[in-house]
Amino acid sequence: MSAPAVDAGMRQRTVRTRSRVPLLSATTWQRLASPLVIVILWQAAGSTGLLQERLLASPLTILATAAGLVQEGILPEAIAVSLQRAAIGFTLGAVAGVGLALVAGLSRVGENAVDPPLQMLRALPLFGLIPLFILWFGIGETPKVALVALGVIFPLYLNTFSGIRGVDGRLAELARVLRLSRTETITHIVLPGALAQALVGLRQSLGVAWLALIVAEQINADAGLGYMINNAREFLRTDVVVVGLIVYAILGLLTDALVRLLERRALSWRQNFLSR
Amino acid sequence: MAAELPVTLTSSRTETPARTDPRPSARTPSRTEPRSSVKAPSRTETRPSTTTPVAAVRGLTRDFGRRRVLDGVDLEIGRGEFVALLGRSGSGKSTLLRVLAGLDPGAEGEVEVGGTVAVAFQEPRLVPWKRVLANVALGLRAPDPGAAARAALEEVGLGGLRDAWPLTLSGGEAQRASLARALVREPGLLLLDEPFSALDALTRITIHRLVLDLWERHRPGILLVTHDVDEAMLLADRVLVLDGGVIAHESGIELPRPRHRDHPDLIALRSTLLDRLGVTPEGTA
Repeated sequence: MSAPAVDAGMRQRTVRTRSRVPLLSATTWQRLASPLVIVILWQAAGSTGLLQERLLASPLTILATAAGLVQEGILPEAIAVSLQRAAIGFTLGAVAGVGLALVAGLSRVGENAVDPPLQMLRALPLFGLIPLFILWFGIGETPKVALVALGVIFPLYLNTFSGIRGVDGRLAELARVLRLSRTETITHIVLPGALAQALVGLRQSLGVAWLALIVAEQINADAGLGYMINNAREFLRTDVVVVGLIVYAILGLLTDALVRLLERRALSWRQNFLSR
Repeated sequence: MAAELPVTLTSSRTETPARTDPRPSARTPSRTEPRSSVKAPSRTETRPSTTTPVAAVRGLTRDFGRRRVLDGVDLEIGRGEFVALLGRSGSGKSTLLRVLAGLDPGAEGEVEVGGTVAVAFQEPRLVPWKRVLANVALGLRAPDPGAAARAALEEVGLGGLRDAWPLTLSGGEAQRASLARALVREPGLLLLDEPFSALDALTRITIHRLVLDLWERHRPGILLVTHDVDEAMLLADRVLVLDGGVIAHESGIELPRPRHRDHPDLIALRSTLLDRLGVTPEGTA
């Protein structure tokens, strides 16, 4: 048994020092080499005319196009429109998914009422619903937002629900011994216990959200990244298409990084344990 | 403060169930077997068990499927009395503790518990996403839960670790935190479910001292469930052996503490208890 008066802060500091690595290690450089070679070969193929511009524009052309699109304000506006669709759809889906998971997770009656229809809906292919959505919601913003929202619901629902049900039964017993009220048990034991799994659901649902947005924006959009890409296809502007794809990728990576940051902060009790 | 808790599970059962046990008198061991007692000449105060009991169990029965684990247990724990409950694994000692903790609704019989009940489990059961201090203060109904929890942590020697995450604690530290969480509720009855069994031998000695220290200061009634005969003899006022679903043996120990395991009275008691637990003493096999 270690002395009871060990300073916890001291302990953490030691750990942090040990895990510090140089910003770019030899391995990192090695891993950067092959993508770099591919880009150089791609550029060479484009410059020599081996790769025709109407099939795939060269990296330098793409960079120039991106700069131009930003300067003209086309790209920022397209991003704003797409982001707005994603944000509204995601928020609606997240509220519904987490809300339904709470209803199902916290009571048997809720589970029996909520789980069967959700399991049925989950079996439907998301993108197969597009024709119905167009019939129901027309071709404006609504079907796009609805598709994103529906895609977000399921991963969040499933993971949050299983997180709630997976909370250690021994901690539930502890709550009874400590005479916690139902509300206290939910706020102190059940919800924090389900958080890790719910965050996994959040990451999955964000992936689905971007995917759903990309597909939804292919249908008859008159603004946004999807419109920009579709428009460029008509004029064989592969450079603009690639710029659009790269922006989609960057947005996806950014939101994923955001969730990972959230995870690190919310689950710091576990992080500490892992780094020991 | 938590509400008072006279829990009565089922008081309707008055008949003794049909018994297949060939020793029908085993249910009332104090009559069939004289209560062995190890006396110290210096001790003058009256036995705590003669005062109002803090817990009273009568005719407690618990079946798991077709297996009867508790078969009409009678048990009283006096206010401030330290009782150790020994038993082989599967003897139902933990089941009895869970009934007293209010965690087993499937038992039949009469259970009365006065005052707050606190439990320290075998695994410390700290809530991993709450820092040590928040764990101790969890669910605490006191005017200033934070201050009470800080004081309790100081008392168990964990004052410096109040902001630590439970997963960073050693086994002994976690068990101290668990004790602080139990004691801060100022329980009338403290249930200890083999809380020392997972600790290494050195840590166990320190924690034994700590428990005695805390018990002498706060004087809760304690039921310590253990399979360690020495632990029971060193700590308790009274040692019970649970066997065949009933309290099959009972020994009072009135030696002053700290006790030494080589005390002649304890050596004699040890072989009695081991015999009762079905372990043949060395040299007589």
